[in-house]
Formats: sequence, structure tokens, C-alpha cells
Amino acid sequence: MKLLVKGGRVVDPANGRDGEFDVLIEDGRIARIGKSLPADGGEVLAVQPGWIVAPGLIDIHVHLREPGQEHKETIATGVAAAVAGGFTAVACMPNTDPVNDHPGVTELILRKAADANLARVYPIGAVSMSSRGEQMSELAAQKAAGCVAFTDDGRPVASALLMRRALEYAGMLGVPIVDHCEDPSLKGDGVAHEGFYAARLGLRGIPGVAESIMVERDIALAALTGGLYHVCHMSARESIRAVRAAKARGLTNVTCEVAPHHFVMTDEALETPIRYDTNVKMNPPLRDAADRDAMLEGIADGTVDVIATDHAPHHADEKLVEFDRAPFGIVGLETCVPLVFDRLVHAGRIGVSRAIELLSTAPARVFRLPGGSLADGAIADITILAPDAPVTIRASALRSKSKNTPFDGWQLKGAVVMTIVGGRIVYRNDL
Amino acid sequence: MLKSRHLLGIADLEPDEITLILDTAEAMTEIAARPIKKVPTLRGRTVVNLFFEPSTRTRMSFEVAEKRLSADTLSIAVAQSSVTKGETLLDTVRNLEAMAPDMIVMRHASSGAPHLLARLCRSAIINAGDGMHEHPTQALLDAFTIREHKKRLDGLKVAIVGDLLHSRVLRSNVLLLNRMGAEVWACAPPTLMPTELSRFGVRPTTSIDEAIADADVIMMLRIQHERMCGHFIPSTREYFTLFGLTPERVRRAKPDVIIMHPGPMNRGVEIDSDVADGPFSVILEQVTNGVAVRMAVLYLLAGQEAATD
Repeated sequence: MKLLVKGGRVVDPANGRDGEFDVLIEDGRIARIGKSLPADGGEVLAVQPGWIVAPGLIDIHVHLREPGQEHKETIATGVAAAVAGGFTAVACMPNTDPVNDHPGVTELILRKAADANLARVYPIGAVSMSSRGEQMSELAAQKAAGCVAFTDDGRPVASALLMRRALEYAGMLGVPIVDHCEDPSLKGDGVAHEGFYAARLGLRGIPGVAESIMVERDIALAALTGGLYHVCHMSARESIRAVRAAKARGLTNVTCEVAPHHFVMTDEALETPIRYDTNVKMNPPLRDAADRDAMLEGIADGTVDVIATDHAPHHADEKLVEFDRAPFGIVGLETCVPLVFDRLVHAGRIGVSRAIELLSTAPARVFRLPGGSLADGAIADITILAPDAPVTIRASALRSKSKNTPFDGWQLKGAVVMTIVGGRIVYRNDL
Repeated sequence: MLKSRHLLGIADLEPDEITLILDTAEAMTEIAARPIKKVPTLRGRTVVNLFFEPSTRTRMSFEVAEKRLSADTLSIAVAQSSVTKGETLLDTVRNLEAMAPDMIVMRHASSGAPHLLARLCRSAIINAGDGMHEHPTQALLDAFTIREHKKRLDGLKVAIVGDLLHSRVLRSNVLLLNRMGAEVWACAPPTLMPTELSRFGVRPTTSIDEAIADADVIMMLRIQHERMCGHFIPSTREYFTLFGLTPERVRRAKPDVIIMHPGPMNRGVEIDSDVADGPFSVILEQVTNGVAVRMAVLYLLAGQEAATD
């Protein structure tokens, strides 16, 4: 089976390629990349000039909710949302019910993902049993079953000792530890960023240092152990500063990610346009303008390795409650590309190549995943984007089972045209 | 006329609306002086008092106000536990609405709970205190009390002392007093100050002596005993030493200072009994005035309803 992706701007930072090329796919792999390639008897996919042909986007921070919370999302609906958002692969968080601390759960996830047969799914295992922070999970067994990273996400690895040991042990396996950084006592029962808006609205605050204090601790442990360490969903300017300093020290084992909402929105959204909108409640919370600007800066200067969505679906009923009772999180898979292009690329903060690096090359590198590259022989995971196409986000039209997004009605520029996984077109957007 | 059909907070009121409520409340005080303290203004109207948090003063005050206006009233105290058993706030209120009340007076531990209802329900919502956010009728009755004594609000120095962080009374009072031209000083230990307090339009200080110097009004806020748990203060004894209002301290204020407290008071924690019961205290007047102010709010919002029907 052959498919020739003809025309378009191939942007492949892994191989230093950015220009007009054709991509020939054969048997699910990249066969050749070059100028004016012959179709060679295969199907021809004509790409409009100006469209971007990129290695498939990879979201390394997604909550697929299955098993156990299928009313929020299932693996099938989650991967449907992923491919509609341009993602050819997602890594899914272990805070399911039961927690993914056992190969049995990993196998279940992989089986359901194979049944859905859309985006690739890479399970992330729990660092500790039930993510309780007490006993380490069988990390090697989980890696053998298919886990690509370990985290207790939803919670931090609160114990410095467990973090140290996990970094050492997972380092042996060459698998990163991903920490949801948040000092439990400083977070307390906070529900929003500790700043002016939360103070005015009478919402209990979570200070930025609740995050950065643990980022600093973890960096110290990463330096001590040499283990692979990845900070997820950074939101505070102090955290950016800490990671920047770590990288300047030469700690190549430290990486980090930022979610789109943290470089797009601020805590002002608690008040405007809707006061106490539970769709702006996430953890870490939307922070202030200086924090948002620090995220933008970190994305531009290379401190931030990866953009990941922290796709966190919740049922409408769960969000239709008092602000402090609502669960944290928003869906992100289907709004990421328009936000990245509109707010980063078109805003002149980064170029297209850097955007693809953040969304594809780097996530593949950090989690050591196949993909993120259009080299000859690589898996044929490709995302085609129309960077100038206008998009109006409609919550009701999302493929995700949940519609909890604060971006409903937003008009942005930058659309997903097509998603190809293993040489097979799994999503097509009729622009 | 008030612009909104709800009273969610002082944040939504213009100065002329505040004045209208206070003037209307003044007219209402006359009713309390009659032998038969009842007018037919709200006859045939149903008001539900929905209290998700324990309250004596505010709930009684609303009930008395509603009865004096001849409304049919229903008071429901919902223990938090029965809510956590399953029914959401929205469902609870929609069930009540199925019985067609005209207004819902709600007290809730979550900031923003009345805003959720105002967005999604039919009834007019009166906020009787939401979490740490607002307590608009308290601020209105405080303003009414101040105006009675000082004949004005603008240009007054008002010192608010106590647990500012957790206080909805602070937030509503600051909004109202700022809007009406008073100068507000806010005093607490730093652990009990909201983030970026100066952006609230107050002069923050940790010195009670500075806060109350030449003050026209001193407003004391309650210190909850459980605040020691979050490491906010070491002990109520130390708190009283640093921030308690004593007769000696009162002398620093204006000679005609009035001393207020929204209750419930912790004697010997934030306020000395000699001050609470002393000549400058207007604490019980506040309670009396609460009824008139709530009558005014109910009356004005009911008139609004009639106008939109």
C-alpha cells in the first residue's frame, strides 16, 4: 500500500527539513522524501500550498479516564478526540480507577486502544501503588507491558525519598519520572491561583511556589541521581526559572512541559467573562499575567521542551456545581493546535518549526517514543495543518465525550487538516 | 429601581442604587415602630430562605423582614451532609423552584454559589453570604448604621480589623465604603490578609493603633478559633494582645467613634467586653437595622420582579 503526500511544506525539525517536498509512504512507513516524487502506482494526496506536513503530533499528557471513569471519556472517544486535534499519539495518565500501577491495567488500555485503532496510545504507569506515595510500583514489569513513563499525576510524589529512589530505579530502565509538582501543605484546599482575582472572589489560593518548590527539589534529586526527570504542566514563573537554571547547569536529564491554557489564559478568567466559571478551574491553576508571560518566554527561549494539553475530561454534571466543589481540569486535545498557531506562531513568538518541535519532535524525544520524525523508514505518522485557516471552537462539536472547555466560541487561526497514523488517514477535516 | 433582579453582591451595585436601598431602609424603620409591625407589600409572594450554613442572625433577620412585608416564607436549613449524599445545589434549587417561589435568599459556604444559581435558575437570588466572597446585606446594614450616626459615608475613616482573609463582610464592606467615598483601613496579621490587599482599595496595616487612630468607625471581625490549625495565628491570647480592641486603644480613635461587629463575637479574642458593651458600641443597633435594610432589599427586588412580569 502506497500513499504519496504531494505538495505542502514539510516541517521536520528532527531532520532539519523545512521546505516543499513530497512524502511517499509505503506499508505504514516513510519510504522517501524528495522533490516531485512519482506516485509509483499509489494513491496521491494533494496538499495545498501553504499547508504544513509535519511528523504526527504527540500529546504526552492526556487523561483517557478508562478504566473506571468512562462517563468522562473512554479510550475510544479519547483517541477520536486526539486524531481530530491532530495528534497521532497520546500518552495516558495512570490516575484511572483502578490506578494503572499494574501490567493488567496497562494491557487493558493497550487492548482498548488497539480496538479503537486511531491514535497510538502509550500508557504511563503509576510511580507508586495506587499513587499513594508509599510503595513503588513494579516499574520494570510495567515497562515490559508497555509503559513509557511513570507518574503519580493528579498528585505529586510528595516523599523526597520515594522521588529519589524512583529516579534511580527508573533511570536504570531509561524511563522518565514525570512529576505533578505541588507541595501538599502549600496547596492546602486551594482551588485557584493565589492572586488578586481569587482574593477578590473569595476563593482559596494556591501560590505559584507550591509548584516551584517541588520543581526545585526534584531538580536537585535529578542532579543527584542522574535519572530522567520531566516536570509536567508547569504554570509558575518560578518553575520556569528553576528549569532554565537547571538546563544552564547542564542537566540534560531535566525536561518540562507547558499546557496551552497556561500560556493563553490568566486568572482574570475567574471573573471575566463569567464569574466562577468552573471551566477555568484546573490544577495547576491559571496564574497571573507575569506567569503567563514567563511560559511564553520559556517556550520561545527553549526552556520549555514540550507542549502537552493535560486533557482532563469531566462530565457536565460534575462541572455544574459550586466552584470549590468542581473537579480540576479541562479538555485540551482538540483546541491545542489552533491555540498554538494563533497565540504562538501568528503572534510572532515562535516559528512553525519550533511549534512542531514542541508538539512532535520533543515529546517523542523526551518519552523515547517512535515518531516525531519524517526520516526514511520512520513510522508514517503525519499531521497536515492549515496554519492560516480560521477556526471557531465549538464545545458541542468536540469529539471528546466531555465538553469542559473555556475556549467555546473562540475564533482562532490554525486548523488540523488531516491526521495519518501508520500511513492510514484516520481523520480528515473538510475545511 | 435596581438594575439587577438579583442581589449577588455590592460589586454589582452603583452608588445611586446603594443610596436608594439605604433611603428605602430608612422608610422601613418606621414600620418597626408601629404597634402592628406589618405591611401588605409582599402579600402573596413566596420567599425561600435557603441556608446551607449555620446562621442565626442573618436568617432571623431575613425572616422577620419577610414577615413584616407579609410574604409567605419558607426557611430551609440544609445540613451540608445531606447535600453530599448526592443532590447537587442546582437540583435542590430546581426542586424548590418547581414550587414557584418568587425569591430565594441563600447562604452558602462556597464563594460564587449564588452566582451559579442566578445564571441557571429563574428565581431572584439574594445572597445572604457566600463563602469568603460577599455578604451584601451585611455591608448595607453597616452602611445604614454608620449613616444614622455620622449622617454621611464619604470622607469617613473606617478601620476594619480582624480575619480579613476569610471574611465576606470585609469584601462587601470595602466595596461599598469605597464606592461611597469613605477611607478604609484594613488591619490584620499578614497571615490573615488577602493577596494584594492594597488593590482592594484599602490601606493595609498590621498595626491596630495606626488603623484606628482618628477613626470615625471601627469594625471588628471575628477570629475563628480553628484558625490556629492553618498556622494563621499562634494563639487567641497572642492575637488579642496584638489586635484585640481594648478600651485603651479605643481612646486613639475620634471621640465620637462608633464600634461595630457583624457577630458572632468572640469576647476576649478580638474585642474586650468593656468595648463590646461600652458607650461607643452600636453592635445591637446593627442587628435592629438589619431588618429594615433587608425589608428594603426585598421590597426593591420585588418591585423589580413586578416591573419585569
